[in-house]
Parts: sequence; structure tokens; C-alpha cells
Amino acid sequence: MPDSAIIIPSVLNGLTTGGLYALVALGLTLIYGVLHIINFAHGALLMLGLYAVYFLNVQFGLDPYAALLIVPPAMFALGYALQRGIIGRASHGRDENILLVTLGLSIIIENLSLYFFRSDTRTVDTPYSFDVVEIFGAFLPYPKVVAFVGALMTAALLWLLMSRTDLGRAIRALAKERKGAQLVGINADHVFAMSFGLGIACLGVAACLLLPSYYVNPQVGSGFVLIAFTIVVLGGMGSFVGALIGGLIIGVVEALGGLFLGESLGQIGIFLIFILVLIFRPTGLFGARA
Amino acid sequence: MLEVSNLRAGYGAVEVLRGIDLAIDMGEIVTLLGSNGVGKTTFSAVVSGLMQPWSGAITFEGKPIAGLSSQAIVDEGVIQVPEGRHVFPNMTVRENLELGSYRRGKGNRMRNIEHVAEIFPRLRERFSQKAGTLSGGEQQMLAIGRGMMAEPRLLILDEPSIGLSPLLVEEMFSLIKQLNTDGLTILLVEQNVLQSMEIADRAFVMENGEIKLSGIPGDLMDNPELQRSYLGLA
Repeated sequence: MPDSAIIIPSVLNGLTTGGLYALVALGLTLIYGVLHIINFAHGALLMLGLYAVYFLNVQFGLDPYAALLIVPPAMFALGYALQRGIIGRASHGRDENILLVTLGLSIIIENLSLYFFRSDTRTVDTPYSFDVVEIFGAFLPYPKVVAFVGALMTAALLWLLMSRTDLGRAIRALAKERKGAQLVGINADHVFAMSFGLGIACLGVAACLLLPSYYVNPQVGSGFVLIAFTIVVLGGMGSFVGALIGGLIIGVVEALGGLFLGESLGQIGIFLIFILVLIFRPTGLFGARA
Repeated sequence: MLEVSNLRAGYGAVEVLRGIDLAIDMGEIVTLLGSNGVGKTTFSAVVSGLMQPWSGAITFEGKPIAGLSSQAIVDEGVIQVPEGRHVFPNMTVRENLELGSYRRGKGNRMRNIEHVAEIFPRLRERFSQKAGTLSGGEQQMLAIGRGMMAEPRLLILDEPSIGLSPLLVEEMFSLIKQLNTDGLTILLVEQNVLQSMEIADRAFVMENGEIKLSGIPGDLMDNPELQRSYLGLA
């Protein structure tokens, strides 16, 4: 049995990873909560964000954290345009159409990336990539601590936006009551696109925070999105608090799983949780009961 | 104020509105009566921009509004309080009211909330309560209050009495009359013939997507066709 000197750093490490997972899941749950669709293109769009951060660094020497000023707004615009121009138009109001459209988008984006960027795995070099921060006696990679703080700040900003602004109220209103929302003058197409854009902008933030300690290749998104789906189910579909707490839980479970079962089996715990939640609490930890 | 001429609309190939002609003057309560399925709610949806008309014209204060988006029609001051209330159940009463002024900005929001709270004191007591936990009557008050927040020039009330107890129905109709006395023009879409006729200045009776009868309530109540079809009188 490992002692606390090993377990505590593992838990802290898991929390920092979980923060990033939460960020990816926040976007997914926002899109699900409003549009009631599972966005299968989420992983592919995260991958695009990572490439954007990578090329901004390699071509223009822009630090990944400085790219926060460019990539999330650009991803927001991409998400808005995708929803307004392709997903919304192609759906004809049918959820199954949207699933197929996002799945198709995912395949197209991944294969175009494979064509243009090749399958090489790429990383960026930053002066702080291998720096560590000591927290409660544990030495944690500096980029992961920054990512964790960034994820919490993004979640807080998202919460403020949803609870304190007219746009946030419009998003929440439309998520639950479309007719009522239209009758107070909410432009449903615009707000749907804003929600999709915000969800994709979260991926832009995740990409900027992730790349200093991670890598990018055309398949990188699929691993994240599978975990993000698990988090969304665990936290409750459409729940922001659930996505945040669920992300942290999954991060810790993965870290402890790796500690006790070895790196290759570490993710077993995540999917065990996924199955148990589906059996015993299908609405998730913070999901609304039917 | 509102003029509708030869309005046709439907779902798929099914024609629901078959050439509706109707007019409302400023300051009136006009009631649109008819049993279930005659097309009253479809009519409200088309006037509110939720549905596109097939043909025909709708003008509001001289401006054509047929086919405009629902948000453009809200901007014009035509506000619908829908059948079934459609309040935002996951949000508080105050948030529901605030969203009522979504297209009006924040300038008059506090003043309008205060105005709504004066009309519906019960809502003030429930400001922080989630709308989904309100009773049916309170939800109807909230739906009307939310409509009032949009500073309507014409308020369309679609079946406001449906699902309410007789006492609350009484209360609801006297409230509608009071709103009208305060200067609001109202289109009351109802099945409750007797009580609607009591407060309306003019009435239109729909049947199979057409206006079958129209006139002032006093005359219509003596109409044998109306008595037979809606009042159960021989």
C-alpha cells in the first residue's frame, strides 16, 4: 500500500489533469445543455485548437499562454459559423441529423488535418515546460498548475456569464423553453450559435493551457473527448457544476488508477465509474431528474 | 391598430387558417373564440412570428409584419402570452421577468418589474422562487407579467384561463379588464365564451380555420348559431 507521500502528489496531479478535462467537458455540456445534441466534432475541434496554438508558437514565436488572446476568440468565431452555417442548417430540427452532421464534421476535420499536417506528433518548447511548483510537498509541473488555475477561472467566468448576463439567461431560457424564449424576443438561431461558439471557445482555452505540457497530432482529440463524454455523464448532462466536479473526480481516479494498477490500466477506473453511474444514477451527480 | 386580411397558414399540406380577416382598434379588448382545433393558437403563432403565413397580410400600426421573425414582432410591441404559459421553469420569478424585457434593454427594467409586482403582489413574494415550482395560477400571472415587461402595445393572451380553478378564472378575467382599463390593447384568444364576452368590446368566432361570426358581444350572445354551438342552448 503506497503511503501518503505518494498518494498526495498523485491526487494533486490528478486534480490538475482533471481541471483540463473539465474545461473540455464544460464546452461539451454547454452545447448539450442548450442544443440537446452530443457534439461528436468536439475532439476534432480541440485538435484544431491545439494546432492553432502550435503554429502560432512555431511560426510567430507566440507563447501558448499569450495565444489565449487569439485562439479562444477564433475558436468562438469558428463554432458560431459552424452552428449557423452548417449544423443548424443541416439539422432541419432533428437531433439525429445533428449527430450525423457533427460526426461527419469530425471525420472531415481529422482527415484534412492528417493530409495537411501529417500524423507527426508535435510539441512546443517553452522556457517553463519542465518547471515544477511545490504544493503540499508535491512537485507538480508548472504548466499543469497553470492549466488547473486557468480551468477554474474559465469555469468561474462561464458561471458568471450564465447567471449574470442577459446572454446567459437567454441561453438558459432557450435550453428549457424554446417557445417561451422566442416569445420574449430571443433570436433562437443566434443564441444557439453563441452557445456552440462558447463551447468551442472553451476548447480554445483548453488548447492554450494544454499544449505546454502536451502534444498535438490529428488523433489527439479522440482520447480527450471520450473522457469528456464520461465526465458529462458523471456530472449530469448539461450541468456546469457537474462538468467541473466530474472532471476533477475523473482526473483523480485516473491518477490513482495509474498509481495502483499501472499507467496502462489507469483509465479502467474512469470507465468503471461511467458504467456504475449509468446503472445507479443515470442522471449523473448534478443532473436534473426526469 | 392590427389588421389581418385573408390570412392563410398551415402545417405541411394541411391548411389550418383559411382566409382570416380581423381588425383590432387601439384600446380595445377583442376576443377570438372557438373550440379546440379551430386554429386559434395557429393564428396567435402566425401573428407573433412563430409561424410563417402562406399568404395574406398582417399590418400593425400601418406596418406590414406578416412573415417577420418573432423578435422583430416583439420589437414592434406585439407580445404574446402563450397557451400553457411556457415560463422558464429552471429560472427564478425575477429572472423570468427580467427576460421579458430582453429586447428592451435594462433602462426601464427595474421600473417595469416594480409595475408588474404592483399588478401581481403574489409574484413579489416569489421573486427568488424557481418558476417551475409555482402553482398554475401563479405561473399564469408570471407569464402575463413577463409579457408586460416587454412594454406591449398589443398583448395577445392565448387561453389565459385554461387549467385554472373557477375562482382564479374570475380573478384572471377581472385582471385582464383592469389591464385594458389602464390603456392596454388586448387580443383575448379563448374558449371561455361567457366570461370573454363579458369583458370584450368585440368578438370573433372561429370555426374550421375561418371567422364564422363577428360583432359586439351583446349582439353575438343573441345569435342562435352561437347559442347552439357554444352555450349549449337550443
